[in-house]
Amino acid sequence: MPSPEAPLLEVRGLVRRYGRTTVLGGIDLSLGAGEALLILGPNGAGKSTLLRTLAGLARPDGGSVRLAGAPVAESRRRVGYLAHDSLLYDELTVEENLRFAARLQGPVDDGAIARALATGELTPQRDRLVRHLSRGQVQRTALVRALLHGPDLLLLDEPYTGLDSASAASLTAFLQGCIARGRTVILVGHHVDEGWEVVTRVAALARGKWILETPRPASPLETTTRYREALRG
Amino acid sequence: MGEFFRVALAVAAKDLRLELRTRATILSAVIFAALVLVVFNFSRDPTAVAAIDLAPGVLWVTVAFASVVALNRAFTVEREHAALDGLRLAPASRGALFVGKALANLAFVLLIEAVTVPLAVLFFELPVATAGWGLPLILFLSSIGFVAVGTLLSAMAVKTRFGELMLPVLLLPFLVPPLIASAGATSRLLAGRPLSEVVGWLRFLTVYDLVFVTLGLLLFGAVIDE
Repeated sequence: MPSPEAPLLEVRGLVRRYGRTTVLGGIDLSLGAGEALLILGPNGAGKSTLLRTLAGLARPDGGSVRLAGAPVAESRRRVGYLAHDSLLYDELTVEENLRFAARLQGPVDDGAIARALATGELTPQRDRLVRHLSRGQVQRTALVRALLHGPDLLLLDEPYTGLDSASAASLTAFLQGCIARGRTVILVGHHVDEGWEVVTRVAALARGKWILETPRPASPLETTTRYREALRG
Repeated sequence: MGEFFRVALAVAAKDLRLELRTRATILSAVIFAALVLVVFNFSRDPTAVAAIDLAPGVLWVTVAFASVVALNRAFTVEREHAALDGLRLAPASRGALFVGKALANLAFVLLIEAVTVPLAVLFFELPVATAGWGLPLILFLSSIGFVAVGTLLSAMAVKTRFGELMLPVLLLPFLVPPLIASAGATSRLLAGRPLSEVVGWLRFLTVYDLVFVTLGLLLFGAVIDE
């Protein structure tokens, strides 16, 4: 899956196994700065495993993942990862969670924390414990946590889950801004229309292999049609 | 090196803040320690066994088991909402994460000892003044060893299905050597022997600490990474 740009992310022959089960069976991927890839696929296709491996959370059993030419394990500061789970501590407040995440990345910038809270529309909830937040607020906090250190590569696993339409629109606008600033985004989703305005390329994964790789088709409907055809083989 | 300690202190501060907010670990460990001491105190026949003979063993068994209760909690907080992944995403050395978790655990274990020792003195009428600075030194050295092994094994156990059951099974065999050293040294000091007589035990505890802190620093990455 080549990128016309000088690749920020370069994946070659990526293999990941759980026991005897091969979850990713030789994935190639190349993404340049300012590109946004939407990855579709049925449950169990290996989408989340792919994101975890790209984030450096899972070690590849074969192949390589390089970010700006360096192994991803050495480039963690350049990766922002939103997982299914929030990665947050229930008994810490929103701000405490963000400060802790920031401290793990480097010295804490109070201004950056305040801006991140504002971006996630979380300023009124900054002193609330995460366990007292609504599902959407938790998702927004998790998103802000992933984006706090200004990563070059954003890996977002179903980022629209739990967001109401206003929050979803804010996220889309935010991602558009990221891409305009040259960030690279990989979105995993089940629905083509989630983040449609943002993506520049679409791919589909099934049984650990690409079954569809294409520049963004003209419409969500066309994408859905091509995705379903690819699934049928 | 500055970054190493910044991350370690951030992790430790986070764990202490979580504990201060919930008090789940310390409260259960301290209640457990108090109950064990009460049971031992009332089950003892003072005409058959002198308190001074029984107390060192009781004290250290109590401290060890109460520490296991505390150490069990160290990584269960990281399992909720996959918070451990948040730590693993950090561009920080795994050694710094280990030191951070270990520092918080050390604070918990020292707090447990700060409650357990006075209770043991009360129940068993221990002549702690005769032990001088030797007893705090033994407590500190053994705590470092408990925490180094416990932090490493707790990270390992939490990845298994029955993590909270696994930790005592994995940990207690490793605690036997420092327990023997600590109980032996404590009984001698409480009997009024000089500190020079327990130097061998103190050296053993120091070496044990160095070995397991080094192993923790080296192996923690392999334990927490997939």
